[in-house]
Amino acid sequence: MELTREEEKALRGEKGEVLASAYRILAAIGEATGAKKLIPVRWAHVSGVNYNTIGDAGVRFLDSFSKQARVAIRTTVNPMGYDLKRPEGISEKFAEKQASIVRSYEQMGVEPSFTCTPYEVFDMPRKGTQVSFAESNAAVFSNSLLGIKTNKESALSALASSVTGKAPLSDLRLDEGRNPKVKIQADFQFENELDYGLLGYFAGKTVKGPSVALAGIGDSLSRPQAKALSAGIGTSGSCGMFTLGSPKTKESIFAGREEMKKIVDELSTADDGDVITFGSPQLGLEELNTLASLTEGRKFKKRCMIFCSRAIHNQAVKIGLAGKLEKAGGEFMCDSCTCLTPYVTRENYDSVVTSSVKAAYYMNNSNKVGVALKDMKTIVREYTQ
Amino acid sequence: MKISGCRKIVGGAGEGKALVSSQPINFLAMIDANTGKITDEKHELFGRSLKDVVLVFPNAVGSSVGAYVFYSLRESGSAPAAIVCTRADITTASGCAIASIPVVDLPGKKPLSSIAQGARVRVNADKGTIATV
Repeated sequence: MELTREEEKALRGEKGEVLASAYRILAAIGEATGAKKLIPVRWAHVSGVNYNTIGDAGVRFLDSFSKQARVAIRTTVNPMGYDLKRPEGISEKFAEKQASIVRSYEQMGVEPSFTCTPYEVFDMPRKGTQVSFAESNAAVFSNSLLGIKTNKESALSALASSVTGKAPLSDLRLDEGRNPKVKIQADFQFENELDYGLLGYFAGKTVKGPSVALAGIGDSLSRPQAKALSAGIGTSGSCGMFTLGSPKTKESIFAGREEMKKIVDELSTADDGDVITFGSPQLGLEELNTLASLTEGRKFKKRCMIFCSRAIHNQAVKIGLAGKLEKAGGEFMCDSCTCLTPYVTRENYDSVVTSSVKAAYYMNNSNKVGVALKDMKTIVREYTQ
Repeated sequence: MKISGCRKIVGGAGEGKALVSSQPINFLAMIDANTGKITDEKHELFGRSLKDVVLVFPNAVGSSVGAYVFYSLRESGSAPAAIVCTRADITTASGCAIASIPVVDLPGKKPLSSIAQGARVRVNADKGTIATV
């Protein structure tokens, strides 16, 4: 990758250690993705905010990095570990480490958005705008539904973009990379959002290239369907974009009920759970609305956590939606999400019930609890009275 | 065995026993950053440790936060000595750039089948070579 003279200077450390680290990252991902140069990006969305994801080493890294680092472009951040207004059950140690992470990011000048769905919280830039989104569901959603261009960035590559305002021009930032070489031919009836999540997980696991064509699922998606699909793709693979339809591709892969069942067998490790979690991605107004109508006049028989961003929660309060869900026994958890949440540990729960494929994956693998994966309607039917 | 013409992703050199996996790795979900051990029972390297090995694998998948795991491995003294990917990805490249772990890749070739499990190998990313010691 060719660097300009100024970029070379920064890489050599002539502009300080922070920019040297950032350009080291950009140079490495530029080599990995075969980029020829760096280009300006308008917005960075950074992951690695929840203490459970980055650990003590991450806390120390950000503490030291943020002493000098300042964002060069608009920068928003992923969910942190827990709801700042609901610290019940969060250990003092966790709260301290989490506070240090938040302090570091704020010192750098990020917007404390704590959301994994920036596309639901902020006005989105024009089609074709180059951004750096680390949150995988947000990268897939923005590329696929909004025509905004980002690679499936890592926590550190988005951080590097944040302080330099740049990213390597490669893969999904180029028309060539956005043109899928592989098609997944879905051949089953989609009954609910969960089915979209399963197809996404299958696609991510199967496809190696940066984008995939999805045939057999129609030519438009509702927002909840698109969110479930994007989160599924982002969880299992390296693919960062899908297109709808059936273009001519070299390779076509069949995805039927049998393939979906295999994924359910992999992710659904329990028949039942002690607690219900909705979210990952954080719920938007549409999903909250659906949940409110399903639970009208009913009450959850088990603890039910509803993860959504502070911004969406504020709107839900205003229009009376939050009240309805609380009446049904739902507990809102803002600033945070299901994946690696400290609210669910092996010490307090054996298993969870969730409708999210992404949540199921991380609950199994990182939180080490069992998962009963069911669609939202089934969860309401089985766990409310 | 000597392979040349590898692409340098992160410079430097490292030597260790080859730990070869045909499966990709989700670093956030599958690795214990304190010990370097692979904790996913369904992964073919379950129970093995990344500490001081030359990790040979296709690429990282899943969480963007996986990049921090390379840094945590370095801090806990459990980092691999070097990494060989079939095709390096953004998570591996960015994490290793910060953790100073040498990385090379060989797109279009088959490093997974040409490096023997457990063989002692040296990776020189600056020269783009992998060789048995």
